[in-house]
Amino acid sequence: MTDEIRQIISDHGRLPIDVSTLEVDADLYRSGMTSHASVNVMLALEDHFDVEFPDRMLKRSVFESIAAIEGALVELQSETALP
Amino acid sequence: MSVSVDREQAFLSSICDIADEVAAPNCDSVDRDARFPVETIDALRDARALSAFIPSDLGGGGVSFETIAAACFELGRRCGASAMVFAMHQIQVVTMVRHLDGSPWFEEYLREVASEQRLIASVTSEIGTGGDMGRSVAAVTPAQGETYTLEKKAPTVSYGAYADDLFITLRRDPGAEPSDQVVVLVRDDQTTLEPTGSWDPLGMRGTCSPGYVVKADFAAEQILGTPFPRVAAESMVPVSHILWSHLWLGIATDAFDRARAFVRAAAKQKPGEPPPTALRLSHLMSELSLLRAEVSSALAEFVTASEEPGRERLSTMASALRFNNLKIAASEQAPRVCQGALGVCGIVGFKNDTPFSVGRHLRDTMSACLMVANERIHQTNASLLLIAKDV
Repeated sequence: MTDEIRQIISDHGRLPIDVSTLEVDADLYRSGMTSHASVNVMLALEDHFDVEFPDRMLKRSVFESIAAIEGALVELQSETALP
Repeated sequence: MSVSVDREQAFLSSICDIADEVAAPNCDSVDRDARFPVETIDALRDARALSAFIPSDLGGGGVSFETIAAACFELGRRCGASAMVFAMHQIQVVTMVRHLDGSPWFEEYLREVASEQRLIASVTSEIGTGGDMGRSVAAVTPAQGETYTLEKKAPTVSYGAYADDLFITLRRDPGAEPSDQVVVLVRDDQTTLEPTGSWDPLGMRGTCSPGYVVKADFAAEQILGTPFPRVAAESMVPVSHILWSHLWLGIATDAFDRARAFVRAAAKQKPGEPPPTALRLSHLMSELSLLRAEVSSALAEFVTASEEPGRERLSTMASALRFNNLKIAASEQAPRVCQGALGVCGIVGFKNDTPFSVGRHLRDTMSACLMVANERIHQTNASLLLIAKDV
């Protein structure tokens, strides 16, 4: 999953640096991701992983690093897996 | 409980007195001469209003945010420019109080704001950012030893020449990305302001907001610990939009009151015949009540969300949209109400020297859609709407 997230950030995050070298807990916003680019990352993540981020997750801290995004996706996928 | 209610009421009552006795009689000359409302700000200092929101244990008045908002409304009814200066100062104070995180420097600074009634202005806009407050060009720049410097080209600094201290957004360091911002409080003895323009605007003339090149030297502890993006989302943006909209509502309310006084005067001249303008006044009341409802519901939502642990809700996109919409709605509705009042009063409203004059009200509220341009806010909202769900 980490690699897929990394690819989506690379495609949509418009970071001025090479995403493949980013630590999983590096701050994406401090690395240059704008609010507008972060929306495109969220849309691409929803599309790729077939999930919808609820409003409570639509905040900066959830999308500020690869690890944080992965945590949110795992949480969403475990919720949908419940009977 | 009753002690605290008394304190809130006593504060608001002192603000109403200042609005009636000081702001109102000076309002026309402040507007005509585009001069700083020095009498009103001095009176607010005497009433210790500049530290009203600072907690009592730091020497302030400890009044609630709702009461600060009500004070902006009351001042706005008598002098829009005075209300704007008061509101902008409070935005800086509220932001600092909410993000102190126990910083000894900021605690001591707030004590000095209380004891000396220091006036704080903000330097958030910057040439080269396209009006986006979320980006900076100027950076916190290491200088000799433990000190730092800054140089920021600001297109407007409201009451910059009259402020004691400045609250300034900057990039974290010279290598930081434009959106990696912090906020710094610099004092007058650390700062130089070089004016870059004149000040002869359509409205809000008493705010005296020309452009400046701001230079300052400062220490590391003057940088607020919380990163600016979080400060902006949780406090500075919603607080700005709420306090601004309260004073715009105040201006619009006074315009409505003048229109109502005009209709009553007409009705008294011909008893038994409702004047034709009474119907227009009724339409105008609907417009004003829409504005009032939007402003008061936004305040209530902000206060509720602020009391939740971690203020998590204020960081969401839904919250950003909510308070952006307040700003757009109030900034468009307030001049609409003022123009409606002009329609009721006719030529005596158009003239600048009658009890029913509403020209200043209209001009002052026309600044509202420019204070962070509405089209820029719409651009942000358009982007957020692609992903936000319950809005």
